[in-house]
Amino acid sequence: MPNTNSSANETAPGVMAQAVREGLFAGVLAFGMFLLYVGIETYQNIDNALVWRTRWGLLAIFVLVAAVGRFLIVGFVKPRLDRRKLSKAKAGIPEVSDDKGFFHKNFLKLSMLALVLYPPIVVSLYGVQGSLKFVDNFGIQILIYVMLAWGLNVVVGLAGLLDLGYVAFYAVGAYSYALLSDTFGLSFWLLLPLAGILAAFWGIILGFPVLRLRGDYLAIVTLAFGEIIRLVLMNWSDVTGGTAGISGIAKASIFGIWSFDVGADNNFAKVFGLPMSSAYYKIFLFYVILALCLITAYVTIKLRSMPIGRAWEALREDEIACRSLGIDTVKTKLTAFAIGAMFGGFAGSFFAARQGFVSPESFVFLESAVILAIVVLGGMGSLTGIAIAAVVMIGGTELLREMEFLKHVFGPDFTPELYRMLLFGLAMVAVMLFKPRGFVGSREPTAFLKERKAVSGSFTKEGHG
Amino acid sequence: MTPGNTTMTRDTILKVEHLSMRFGGLMAINDLSLEAKRGEITALIGPNGAGKTTVFNCITGFYKPTMGMITLTQKDGDQFLLERLSDFEITKKAKVARTFQNIRLFSGLTVLENLLVAQHNKLMKASGYTIMGLLGLGSYKREADGAIELARQWLEKADLIDRADDPAGDLPYGAQRRLEIARAMCTGPELLCLDEPAAGLNPKESLALNTLLNSIRDETGTSILLIEHDMSVVMEISDHVVVLEYGQKISDGTPDHVKNDPKVIAAYLGVDDDELEEVMHEELDGGSH
Repeated sequence: MPNTNSSANETAPGVMAQAVREGLFAGVLAFGMFLLYVGIETYQNIDNALVWRTRWGLLAIFVLVAAVGRFLIVGFVKPRLDRRKLSKAKAGIPEVSDDKGFFHKNFLKLSMLALVLYPPIVVSLYGVQGSLKFVDNFGIQILIYVMLAWGLNVVVGLAGLLDLGYVAFYAVGAYSYALLSDTFGLSFWLLLPLAGILAAFWGIILGFPVLRLRGDYLAIVTLAFGEIIRLVLMNWSDVTGGTAGISGIAKASIFGIWSFDVGADNNFAKVFGLPMSSAYYKIFLFYVILALCLITAYVTIKLRSMPIGRAWEALREDEIACRSLGIDTVKTKLTAFAIGAMFGGFAGSFFAARQGFVSPESFVFLESAVILAIVVLGGMGSLTGIAIAAVVMIGGTELLREMEFLKHVFGPDFTPELYRMLLFGLAMVAVMLFKPRGFVGSREPTAFLKERKAVSGSFTKEGHG
Repeated sequence: MTPGNTTMTRDTILKVEHLSMRFGGLMAINDLSLEAKRGEITALIGPNGAGKTTVFNCITGFYKPTMGMITLTQKDGDQFLLERLSDFEITKKAKVARTFQNIRLFSGLTVLENLLVAQHNKLMKASGYTIMGLLGLGSYKREADGAIELARQWLEKADLIDRADDPAGDLPYGAQRRLEIARAMCTGPELLCLDEPAAGLNPKESLALNTLLNSIRDETGTSILLIEHDMSVVMEISDHVVVLEYGQKISDGTPDHVKNDPKVIAAYLGVDDDELEEVMHEELDGGSH
């Protein structure tokens, strides 16, 4: 193919002209968009008056990045990609190859191994005290969201019911643990299942009246339910402590054998003669939430291949057809709601034990939105995709806190973690552009006669209530 | 549930009496009575807008009739008043399955999974309402294998066995029609209601459908009630034809009888008003009934 090669090496002048044009256009667009957001900043001066100042330098950086980026993409990246696609197509190499690499085939085992070994590796690298940040901020934080998103996945991904108030069940679990352990002094291991059951119970209570609604109406009512729970927690001060919340919640213990209370005789560090550190508790919590996540995944996978799980997915595909096959759709929806809520309750009681403090602040609508975003980005119904999405989204926002070097680029006033919503938005747009069905858009069939073929995302439906 | 209806014979599976359905000011069905015999294929035909699908929706519980009684008699003599049951109970308890005019498959599930969803109630019971199955207790595993075996049989009958592991939405139109029928049969019905099963099929597929329906009737003893426009299907396979026009029954009998009924011809082909009067007179003078 000498012909293609010769034409490939030189870039057509038309392409360059177009690249310059589109680059300039992107620059103008970015200038228009960021002029008020980035170019002008308001702040309070010493007299508490609101005044504004300009940030032309920062604005220039934003505009330049947009213009140069667009120029490079149109001028160089796109033609190269097109050429590669063309030459591949000519050589007859199929776009999608069937044989998967070692990493791909053993992905689950490898990631499990990595998760189990994560705390010891971090401890050996950074020392006991230094590991705190990695185990707590990156490990536990991400795994809580993995568990919440897997729980919500049952409702949204499998049964196709859009639930915008999922955080309410998280709150029910957290407050159940906080109140019951405070009042009755019950242990974490007793209250963990109890919190799950209570959350499931609330899921059913919510479900009964609202599951007759469909689509947008269901979403609005669940959203309202989430807010109601939060407002009750805020205003029922006698019981819940109001906005101040509940503090000093008892820590979990290793099945009552070793405690993590500093004053206790059976303190873990004392018993083993280790230096005092809160890192041991975090490492213990890391394994607890890992186990909880695994239980969630196991139950979800098991349920999917049972009649109830198949009924959930059928419900997502076509509710009327379900009824014509004798499936009680109300009961089926209720079980999905209850089981999703139960996992939220587990995660909530774990959250309370980890923080030692709960307040309505932790259960705002934004949390529901973040969990839902993780489910959608990961690919509705896919556990692997959702776990990856949680790592990227939550890990990414935590990582932003660490990016001190950005201050040298954008100036000392730049606080990277404030841009985490921008990251969320960018990730959403990128995934929806390139993978509209999420990271893992296909679904694994639950039964097969000859071979298990993944079902492409273009056939599955999102559900409508 | 035994209404104690003395006129009911053992071989009547479905009896619709004085059924009326009103949507606001529109009388979609007006005082309709019909019967379907056990082990027969009964066809419900009529011009567009005659109310055929409305009758179906009343029988299968998707509409609540304004008036009338719908009685279903099972093989062992149990009787159900369908107008009192909700749609999913009609399939679950009274064992009436249905298909839809515009196919309603679970397009994101595989063909096999579609047939397994249809066996939901049986499998739910076997899995101890999920709890026993989750713990690996009870007979769930054996029942699940049995369900796959039943699905395999129906896939073979519907000539879909090669596509068993493909998503249902990927099948061509004719195959989707057959799959919907196979799925309805997997619920183990005594009465199968088909809403225009031959719509959109080519002559070859239409022929295959006739074979499938005949084999369902002859091998499983399931009675079939079908709405159809394709006369080659209706005349070939039905044992009994009921003709509707404007929500009322205008003819009832064997395919040959119906084919030659002047009122049916008038309804389908349309006649001038005076000609229609003539036809009506003839009918009355003849004193056919």
